[in-house]
Amino acid sequence: MTLEILYFAWVRERIGVPRETIETDAATVADLLQELSAREDRYALAFSDLSALRVAIDQDLADFDSPLASAREVALFPPMTGG
Amino acid sequence: MDIRVQSAPFDYGQECAKFAQNAANSGAIVTFCGIVRDHDDGTLTSMDIEHYPGMTERALGRIADDANRRWSLNQCLIIHRYGPLRPGDQIMMVATASRHRSDAFAAAEFLMDYLKSRAPFWKKEVTRTGSEWVAAKDVDEDALKRW
Repeated sequence: MTLEILYFAWVRERIGVPRETIETDAATVADLLQELSAREDRYALAFSDLSALRVAIDQDLADFDSPLASAREVALFPPMTGG
Repeated sequence: MDIRVQSAPFDYGQECAKFAQNAANSGAIVTFCGIVRDHDDGTLTSMDIEHYPGMTERALGRIADDANRRWSLNQCLIIHRYGPLRPGDQIMMVATASRHRSDAFAAAEFLMDYLKSRAPFWKKEVTRTGSEWVAAKDVDEDALKRW
């Protein structure tokens, strides 16, 4: 499937791009992160500590074991600091 | 319910006055304004706020819906800015109106607690010597447990 992946804050800085389109068969967010981490060091570096990451699927907060079956957009970012 | 995500500044006084005009049946209005706080030694040059267009509006809408379900509110306003801000600039405001003050106070605190850690904004502090992403605080996450 084709996924649009968005990165924010320091995750964006470490990956080096704000968004990209990728082809993947990953079943869950965790699988996707593992797949990307195996591709290049910059992903492995950005995704090394899952406790420092949050994920949204199609603009809703999700978990790392959430399925990607019908997902179009996945966003990865650090814990939010609004207000 | 009025939710605005914008880079432009807002006039806090004017927003409060307009909000009060539209809340004629209310007995209580609570307003809060968040301001860019400089470091104690005055070294902050800029606070850059990044957000996730689309998800931000959606998340704030949900938080406001949730507040409306929990308390009896007549009006609710959230304004949150993004982009580069300077010390002393207004970052965001919330306003709530209800018949009795307890609803307006509680809902305003609830909105603040939730938009601190459940709305996709990220702050970066810029000083003359470099820049650093603001880390989320445990105390902000813990604050959600009281609701």
